Amino acid sequence: MDFTFTDDQLTFREAVSRFLMTEAAPEMLREIWETDTGRSPELRKNIAEQGLTALSVPEDCGGLGMDDIAWALMTQELGYYAIPDSLADAAYVAAGLIAALPAGTASREDWLGCIAEGSIRIAVAHPVNPLVADANPANLLLLAHGDEVHAVPREQVEVEPNPSIDLSRRLARVRWTPAASTLIAGGEAGRALWAQTLNRGALSTAGQLLGLAQRMLDLSVDYVAQRKQFGKPIGSFQAVKHHLADVATKIEFAKPVLYRAAYALAHGEAGADARVSHAKLACGEAAWLGARQGIQVHGAMGYTWEVDLQMFMKRAWALDAAWGDRGFHKARVADAILADGAALGPGHTFEE
Amino acid sequence: MDLAYTPRQKAFREEVRAWLAANLPREPLASYDTREGFEQHREWERKLFDARLSMVIWPEALGGRGCDLIEWLIFEEEYYGAGAPMRVNQNGQLLLGPTLIEFGTEEQKARFLPRMASSEDMWAQGWSEPNAGSDMAAITSKAILSADGTHYVVNGQKTWSTRASYADLLFGLFRSDPASSRHHGLSYLAVALDAPGVTIRPIQALNGKQAFAEIFFDDVKVPVENRIGDEGQGWHVAMATAGFERGLLLRSPARFQYTARRLVELYRANREVADRDPSIRDAVIEAWTGTEAYALAAYHTVGRLAKGARIGAEASTNKIYWSELDLKMHETAMRILGPLGELTGDAPAAVEAARWLDGFLFAQAGPIYAGTNEIQRNIIAERMLGLPK
Repeated sequence: MDFTFTDDQLTFREAVSRFLMTEAAPEMLREIWETDTGRSPELRKNIAEQGLTALSVPEDCGGLGMDDIAWALMTQELGYYAIPDSLADAAYVAAGLIAALPAGTASREDWLGCIAEGSIRIAVAHPVNPLVADANPANLLLLAHGDEVHAVPREQVEVEPNPSIDLSRRLARVRWTPAASTLIAGGEAGRALWAQTLNRGALSTAGQLLGLAQRMLDLSVDYVAQRKQFGKPIGSFQAVKHHLADVATKIEFAKPVLYRAAYALAHGEAGADARVSHAKLACGEAAWLGARQGIQVHGAMGYTWEVDLQMFMKRAWALDAAWGDRGFHKARVADAILADGAALGPGHTFEE
Repeated sequence: MDLAYTPRQKAFREEVRAWLAANLPREPLASYDTREGFEQHREWERKLFDARLSMVIWPEALGGRGCDLIEWLIFEEEYYGAGAPMRVNQNGQLLLGPTLIEFGTEEQKARFLPRMASSEDMWAQGWSEPNAGSDMAAITSKAILSADGTHYVVNGQKTWSTRASYADLLFGLFRSDPASSRHHGLSYLAVALDAPGVTIRPIQALNGKQAFAEIFFDDVKVPVENRIGDEGQGWHVAMATAGFERGLLLRSPARFQYTARRLVELYRANREVADRDPSIRDAVIEAWTGTEAYALAAYHTVGRLAKGARIGAEASTNKIYWSELDLKMHETAMRILGPLGELTGDAPAAVEAARWLDGFLFAQAGPIYAGTNEIQRNIIAERMLGLPK
């Protein structure tokens, strides 16, 4: 029993953080926000050069073969730096779905190879999301028709952009017609793939929300330490301190929930759905509290376009309902704990 | 990350489970806030000690069994999962015990710890004074060293001392340098409560029982061998104790997970009534998510400790988290019970002998004792986030 990360995993996280700190400063995010596509080929290229697009791709397809636990760390960094890219959708969520297809499925190895080298953008259209993130710049879309999974080239779908308040999110409604030529899985196999994909998407979003919460807390701490009123930093006032202490507490108790969910997914545990939903709820609540207290302690500055806080708040507000809103995830937790014979209480945190 | 228990850990769990199944009291014990219940709990503690289960993380030589912290968490899960009695001597065992292990002399450890593990000695705390609550450094009770250096003469008053009416000894902070102020010049002493000059006046708590007491010291002689740590270093020693208290040991996740399980059962048994207020279902779900998060955080912390980390100011997030969670769960139970919630254990119509009401009353104290949650939030802001004083 060891519920901690290895030194290698922590070093990996450190390296990702250092890389994104220089590659994705807030000024650069603002520049990308102003562009039509909202995406920076330069940033994507740099990310790919670091090998980050290859994390989840199996080793025999040119990847690093890392599991969900690595992504629990990686997605926090993506959130912390509010990366304006659907990197995790392609490199984690889509990679997971495609890797789970039977070996020899047409194009499987090609797609995985392209994901690893960062030369393909894949949008994932799970039915839980009414709109598809990054459908427009995608080369390939994974679309659902009932239980069926279809891999559809961008030119075969019609895309209607739907702007989000988070300019880093590029959402679209997608219209398409299922065809035999695009079908890659169906029936029981398709259902299982979509279920797994939902959990990965939710876990990825949870990790990003937690990273966002930490970033908003850090920005707020910096701000209240330098902003002075009544002759002293406002961070010395208890009312302000307590707002931020509550955010720190929420984050502290969301982290291990995220890690437990990642482990459940990586090991295919029967209770993974509830664990992932718990993580999504806990991380979403931490992010929303981080936003609420963040804007409060920034005062009027927090309500401006100029101060960086807005970029992280908007992302937190948006991602909270992505890959299943709170009602969806609460229902999944309720199904698990209110069921007859549910394994509750002491001694069931790691074994059912 | 490896979330499987080792065969040794599994065997330990089985052993504890089997022992509890064979030895748990048939009838619930009386409240340990009464003399009768206190003595019943002392007997139960003796039984645990004889099975070397009272302080599993202590070394064998001190009456424990040298378990690591994962095994301790397993013990707690089995203990509370079985609905075993509350631990009557935990202020001594979990607060003073670790302090003695860190700061005590070999003689003190041998003299105090085995008798604490067996609960032959029951311990009360002596921190708060009428004018030193959250501001503990305002302590004025004095302990002046005698001219021959053999003993301290203690004068003053302590208050809010849990179950002191029934306890044998007290540990706490006293001002040994009368010219000192604030955190300086304090010494950490163990005082026999039957010593001449000690007067104990019980305080009736919210539940009507003598759950705590105030204690008056009138020229009480305390042997110098009862000072823990160096003279004048009491604040430093006490802060270590406060750290343990806020941290993991005092409130292991298992007891809250047990409450969450009972709350889910209560909700399921009363769903028709409870569901008229949809926020109740929400609160029941949050009892599970909240207690699981607390348990996961505990395992995460224990893993980090095993790798050499120290518990810092994040211990204060623990204190806020469990105290608010416990309160919320009991509030939810009271809302489910509706008009039956107010009934005491003597009421024939009471549900579960008013166990939820008892817990509800006790939960009110959680955000107040062991450093109020306001103080904890200050600590988090200043020491974890680095905000200015």
